[in-house]
Amino acid sequence: MLYINCPHCGMRSQNEFSYGGDASVKRPELNKEVSDQEWDDFVYNRKSLRGKHLELWQHISGCRQWIKVERDTATHEIFRTFKADEEVA
Amino acid sequence: MTQTFRIENVGLVNRDKKLSFKFNGKTYYGYEGDTLASALLANGVHLVGRSFKYHRPRGFFGAGVDEPYAIVQLFRNGETEPNIKATEQELFEGLEAKSVNCWPSVNFDIGAINNFLKIFLPAGFYYKTFMWPKSFWYRIYEPFIRKAAGLGVASTKHDKERYEHKYEYCDLLIAGSGPSGLSSAYAAAKNGAKVILAEDKPRFGGSLLTSDVNIGNQSGKDWAEGIIADLKSMPNVVVKNRSQIFGYYDHNMLVMSEKVSDHLPKTRKYHPNKRLWYIRAKEVLISSGSIERPIVFGNNDTPGVMLSSAAKEYLKVYGVLVGKKPLVFTNNDSGYETAIEFKKHGVDPLVLDSRKNPVSEIIDEAKNLGIHIKNSYVVVAAKGYKKVKSADIASISDDKKQLGKIENIQCDCICVSGFWTPTIHLASQSGNKTKFKEEIDAFVPGQSKQNEITLGAANGVFSLEETLKTSFKTGGELSKKITQKNSEVVVPNVVEKKSSKHDKFWCVPLPKGKNYKRFLDFQNDVAVSDIEIALREGYRSIEHVKRYTTLGMATDQGKTSNLNGLQLVSEIENKVVPAVGHTTFRPPYTPVSIGAIVGREVGKHSKPTRKSPMHSWHEKNNAVFVDAGVWLRPRYYKRGNENLFEGSKREAKNVRMNVGVCDVTTLGKIDVKGPDAAELLNRVYTNSWLKLPVGKARYGVMLREDGIVMDDGTTTRISENHYHMTTTTAQAANVLSHLEYYLQLIWPELNVNVVSTTEQWAGAAIAGPKSRDLLQKLFPNTDVSNEGLPFMGYTEGDLFGVKARIFRISFSGELAYEVNVESDYGNFMWEKIMEVGEEFQIQPYGTEALSTLRIEMGHVAGSELDGRTIPYDNALEGLVSKKKDFIGKRSLQRSAFISENRQRIVGVVPIDKKTSIPEGSHLVKDDKAPLPNPKLGHISASCWSVEYDNPFSLAILKDGKNMIGQKLFAMSPLKNKVIPVEIVSSHYVDPKGERVRS
Ligand SMILES: [Zn+2]
Repeated sequence: MLYINCPHCGMRSQNEFSYGGDASVKRPELNKEVSDQEWDDFVYNRKSLRGKHLELWQHISGCRQWIKVERDTATHEIFRTFKADEEVA
Repeated sequence: MTQTFRIENVGLVNRDKKLSFKFNGKTYYGYEGDTLASALLANGVHLVGRSFKYHRPRGFFGAGVDEPYAIVQLFRNGETEPNIKATEQELFEGLEAKSVNCWPSVNFDIGAINNFLKIFLPAGFYYKTFMWPKSFWYRIYEPFIRKAAGLGVASTKHDKERYEHKYEYCDLLIAGSGPSGLSSAYAAAKNGAKVILAEDKPRFGGSLLTSDVNIGNQSGKDWAEGIIADLKSMPNVVVKNRSQIFGYYDHNMLVMSEKVSDHLPKTRKYHPNKRLWYIRAKEVLISSGSIERPIVFGNNDTPGVMLSSAAKEYLKVYGVLVGKKPLVFTNNDSGYETAIEFKKHGVDPLVLDSRKNPVSEIIDEAKNLGIHIKNSYVVVAAKGYKKVKSADIASISDDKKQLGKIENIQCDCICVSGFWTPTIHLASQSGNKTKFKEEIDAFVPGQSKQNEITLGAANGVFSLEETLKTSFKTGGELSKKITQKNSEVVVPNVVEKKSSKHDKFWCVPLPKGKNYKRFLDFQNDVAVSDIEIALREGYRSIEHVKRYTTLGMATDQGKTSNLNGLQLVSEIENKVVPAVGHTTFRPPYTPVSIGAIVGREVGKHSKPTRKSPMHSWHEKNNAVFVDAGVWLRPRYYKRGNENLFEGSKREAKNVRMNVGVCDVTTLGKIDVKGPDAAELLNRVYTNSWLKLPVGKARYGVMLREDGIVMDDGTTTRISENHYHMTTTTAQAANVLSHLEYYLQLIWPELNVNVVSTTEQWAGAAIAGPKSRDLLQKLFPNTDVSNEGLPFMGYTEGDLFGVKARIFRISFSGELAYEVNVESDYGNFMWEKIMEVGEEFQIQPYGTEALSTLRIEMGHVAGSELDGRTIPYDNALEGLVSKKKDFIGKRSLQRSAFISENRQRIVGVVPIDKKTSIPEGSHLVKDDKAPLPNPKLGHISASCWSVEYDNPFSLAILKDGKNMIGQKLFAMSPLKNKVIPVEIVSSHYVDPKGERVRS
């Protein structure tokens, strides 16, 4: 079970969180003309990376904040965590 | 029968407490502190089962967790449990056990015929034979395998035992209480670190219980006892016996199974049977020791052949002789230790040592005791079927390829020592890159991935002195880093005998003209010849060889077989062992009860039960409850002998004729507040929300980004910047997360807050033509006329002194209202409604009537919004704004979603107007068409229309728009029904929606 450092609450076990997918995906702006390809890329197409992956988790049984977690999908190592509005350098 | 193999005054069992037990129906006696294995051996019982594949007789091979053979079916306090190792099961008064894998009995086993037909069952036999012909699988192969194989029978009864889960955090978790575990725990505890020390056996001390050593002028055993007593007295230390750490998971989370009650005749009241510990440790010290390796020779699976360390343990811990004429076969000094113990207790052993001329203190001691030793000698084959009677032995050449003349000698057991294999399972599970250590012919932990360090024999260090030194140091240093304390602990003096090098020899060659089976994996019956076949057939990867031959795949996970298997592969392949590599170790290290894994989360405890504030009223009024997500809701209120069908029909009819009241507390409620609240709603709902006035409600549909309907519900503007959103019961949590996602991540600029208020409000839906009359009486000071409170209107009122929210919304299609009060007043509200409603013939109605009412009105619910449908499919396209953008809108342009013959909701009526259509039935054009019959749609919900008094269903049907009037068949193979039906409009009752506006 992963041990995730919630930037709001501190180290918490994975069972307090729910997974929210790839954090690098950008939602196209509302009312903007979007091609089929762009929309497909946003809704469906994911890289399923092996290695470092920036992903979303929600601290659902804690502060309920969505956070970003930089995790290695192969080793499960967690490098850094970020608040929702924090810039990922 | 007396315990003829028990010797006086030796061992740690309690001689004052004699226990009786039954094995295969026969009564025996043992002592408190015995295992089932030691007690059986004390009685001279060596035959405990039959092997998995060939059904060869099986005895005891080890004395603990490594045991591959002695697996029994246990009976305890009216329960039965399979797959119990007799070497681990502690004896208790009245214990009953039976052999597994033998039919009809352990002494006469029909499956043993496989042994004589062994050509039948070589490696890959299952893959090759049972694949063809396919039709044989279910009828012949599977029943045959199931009957002939298996490790016991799981109980089909409900398990009465209780299991607990516990979460713990510690600085140091130490696996194993042998010399390294004790020293590191002691050093760390002295520095004030929070320590958990886990021992899988009932007794602490590990190898110190059986080895002949001195630590600090005490015997190893006494020293261990002292340390344990000290540790137990410290508040920062948890010491647990009967506790196996079986899994090392991510981020230093380890899981331990504590056997709380298995050693007792029955579990004490309020105690669990087992407790599963989830331990998050800052540092982990693995002191799991090592397991002796067998040497492979002919018929090495015969009962009476066992590990020399096990023979020593039976003697020193239990006072049990495994034989009275023992033969010790060794390639290292450990065999001598066992021989010395035999000799000390008046039994003369013969030692065969594969080495030519070994010299060491231990060997000298053996010689001084007058033990007979033959060097460069091996066991070629064990003789005897159900028990070793003699052994064929021979001298062996220096290159270990040529056997000398074979002699037969009498013996009643063969104690084998092929040196030691470090127990690296936990380290390997943690992600440690193990490495091969040439000097000990085994793998040891290498580069750590997580915070784990392996110590002592588990790390391939077999010197006690070195082990203690490193373990004290490691425990001290790790804890110092955490607690910043440094209380230097003095490492005690050690007296141990130096041993000489072991022989790199593990398999006795076959003598000319003999074809003895030489087993590698004792539990899965994998012999040397099976590996040879696999390699001959082209299998190369050790992972493939493992699966093809099933080597190391049994419940013992190859604890005694892995390395010998690797040696064989490396020899045939002419590769070094590290190049062959070992197979992956996966948790659990030993089998774990499913009950322990599940814990308390069984039955009603598998999820919380949520009850509305009116629950006790429902109970008092004969409500029959149904699970709705985690909620308990009244399904109907039983009157007399009514069944569900009759009761719900009565309730639904009463709503259509008079007035009914339904508990709708379970609906999800979310407060949406802030200056941008309307903007948020406008973006998450498909329809427009910017112009909704205060005091008005609106029905809305939410999509996921992929265009699929996520949820629906009404949202009411309570005040300028305050909206009250409702969701379906099932989706309440998801909708909240969904809103939080967009607010926190996508549109952080929106000034809105959302919070769940589901539990803050109790809700009652009042529905029926007389509902306004009732409402007027409930709220005499509020204008609830059609003009004062029109359809989709909202107002607040005073309910006998309680502030109430009144919504004019309808799920039933009737004139209806929903009244909300703060939860604590829920019951008060309900009782008032019932009391005042009496003159209007009010009746409460449950979820079944609620469903009936919505189905015949064609209102969609969870069974239509099933995660596969878009607004059009639910006839909700009128709610999809063409002007504004919203979540999921772009997806609605996908070609499949705009297809001409897109699926759509319809009504379905059986032609006979009598037969109810099972939910889930498929709609087909031709009921006689060959399979697979093309499916046109499915029945999503069914009811008995109270309006027309005949069955009515909703369906999602391909090209539903153009299918009205068509005749199809509803087929339910599960219920074995084929029903001719007619497709009608989904709005079966009041299609113009006049009633809700009346
Ligand atoms: Zn948090």
